[in-house]
Amino acid sequence: MNAVPLSWYLILSAVLFSLGVAGFLVRRNIITVFMSIELMLNAVNLSFVTFSYQFKQADGHIFTFFVMVVAAAEAAVGLAIILALVRTRRTLEVDEVNLLKF
Amino acid sequence: MPDSFVPSPQEILRILPELVLVLAGTLIMVLTPLWRRQGDGRFGVLSLGALAAALVATVAAHVHRGPAFQQMLEVDGFATFFRLLVIGVGGLTALLSLPYLRREQAEPGEYHALLLFSVAGQSLMAAANELIMIFIGLEISSIASYILAGYLREDRRATEAALKYFLLGSFATAFLLYGVAWIYGMTGSTHLGEIQAALTVAAPPPSELLVAVAAAMMFAGLAFKVSVWPFQVWAPDVYQGAPSPVAGFLSAGPKAAAFAVFLRIFLTAFEPAAERWAAFVWWSALISMTLGNFAALVQSDIKRLLAYSSIAHAGYVLVAVTAHSEAGAAAAMFYLAAYALMNVGAFAVVAHLARKGERYVEVEDFAGLAVTQPGAAALFAIFLLSLIGVPPTAGFFGKFYVFKAALDADLVGLTVLGLLNSAVGAYYYLRILVVMYMREPGEAAASAPAPTSATRVALWICAFGTLLLGVWPSLILGSAERAAAFVR
Repeated sequence: MNAVPLSWYLILSAVLFSLGVAGFLVRRNIITVFMSIELMLNAVNLSFVTFSYQFKQADGHIFTFFVMVVAAAEAAVGLAIILALVRTRRTLEVDEVNLLKF
Repeated sequence: MPDSFVPSPQEILRILPELVLVLAGTLIMVLTPLWRRQGDGRFGVLSLGALAAALVATVAAHVHRGPAFQQMLEVDGFATFFRLLVIGVGGLTALLSLPYLRREQAEPGEYHALLLFSVAGQSLMAAANELIMIFIGLEISSIASYILAGYLREDRRATEAALKYFLLGSFATAFLLYGVAWIYGMTGSTHLGEIQAALTVAAPPPSELLVAVAAAMMFAGLAFKVSVWPFQVWAPDVYQGAPSPVAGFLSAGPKAAAFAVFLRIFLTAFEPAAERWAAFVWWSALISMTLGNFAALVQSDIKRLLAYSSIAHAGYVLVAVTAHSEAGAAAAMFYLAAYALMNVGAFAVVAHLARKGERYVEVEDFAGLAVTQPGAAALFAIFLLSLIGVPPTAGFFGKFYVFKAALDADLVGLTVLGLLNSAVGAYYYLRILVVMYMREPGEAAASAPAPTSATRVALWICAFGTLLLGVWPSLILGSAERAAAFVR
């Protein structure tokens, strides 16, 4: 059954998390930046499920559900904020949101 | 495994403050469409009533203190201290928001509901003793604050503040979570006490490197919430763009709750690895103080100035955390209480003078305030002197205990650098005082309306608290010391 070693899942999770971090830092479109954050959260979920499977515990699975609920709430609020932003300045580029600065 | 999932009455009592706040918030949301036509003062009254009830519930919970829900919550002196603090900050914010919302003609119902939810999240963080609980409390508090920061959604600065706060906040949360996942993977638990046990006695012990990486990621997540280096960049933009009462709230409530979590995690779960993280927190404290104070020197916008000063103050609290001792934890708790009083007070004066659309928020706009409104100017002076750390104010004893705890822990270098930093900080606070007292009244001060009664009450509470802690610090230091006994 256990053909794929568990460490592979952890490596995949780390790669996905790093991709999310890179996307957050590099991408300039707000929606893409937001999607990068979601990718990071899902990478974390993968880690939780893997560890939970390894320990034969339910804790990690339950944590995953909490993360998903919170991510959904965050998505709702985040998209609303982005919508309000687009209404006031008609842009989705991070670099053009620069009214407040040093 | 618990034999029953039905909570006992005692457990309900121990989570009562959060229940009261969440129920009141929900009630306000239900009432929002019904009360739309009948004045906006009602929501404020309801919100203040709920916060007062939550204070009473906190005291009741403390009388029956103990763990709840399979030890996910730990209602001890520490939890009660921070619960009272964040609910108090919520109450002051609700008071300040009454005139603010009327002035900006903003919807009061949703605002107060979100404020109550945010306070409920912070109160949960104060009592949480388990990483899942901490995460949920943190997110309840954060998501509500993201919306509060951008509450004036027609305002370009407010929406920008909300976007920056939201994006960077979620980014930091992801780091915190990834750290939690690794800690869970290494110790098989998310309960702080069990993590500590696993890190101390487990055989074979978890890899030190991996523990350090996980601790660093959790530090990153919490450093964002308390706005210390290297995750402080959001604070100036968000404080400047957010409504003034919300900026005051963000600088006191979420920060205190995040520090509560910080102290609990790093002084219990990660205490076995203290040697490693203390070095990093040392640098973070130093850079936060220096960067905050020096950047504040050149600011002209008062909200931005207070934001940089808030980064510096978070650095002072980190000095106490670096000491990782009982005295250090107590000093951090005292400092946070003192800081909440003086900073919410300072933002109250800013909100009062700013007028609709936050027009007058430059330091220059305070010119001659002492002539036109001597009362408001005098109270602002008290808050500024306390932020500098002049006796007999709360800020003085806050700094005194922080640096004393640092000295007791042999952190001589950090103490000296911290004291030098306080001297730098005195300059920009004094600049505001000079502008206020030595200049002729400008347009902003000359046209300032009399403070509303709600603003007045909030200002007096903050000033009274600041002075009371300045002459009688043992009033809360004693309970802070007892509460900090959970360390080791």
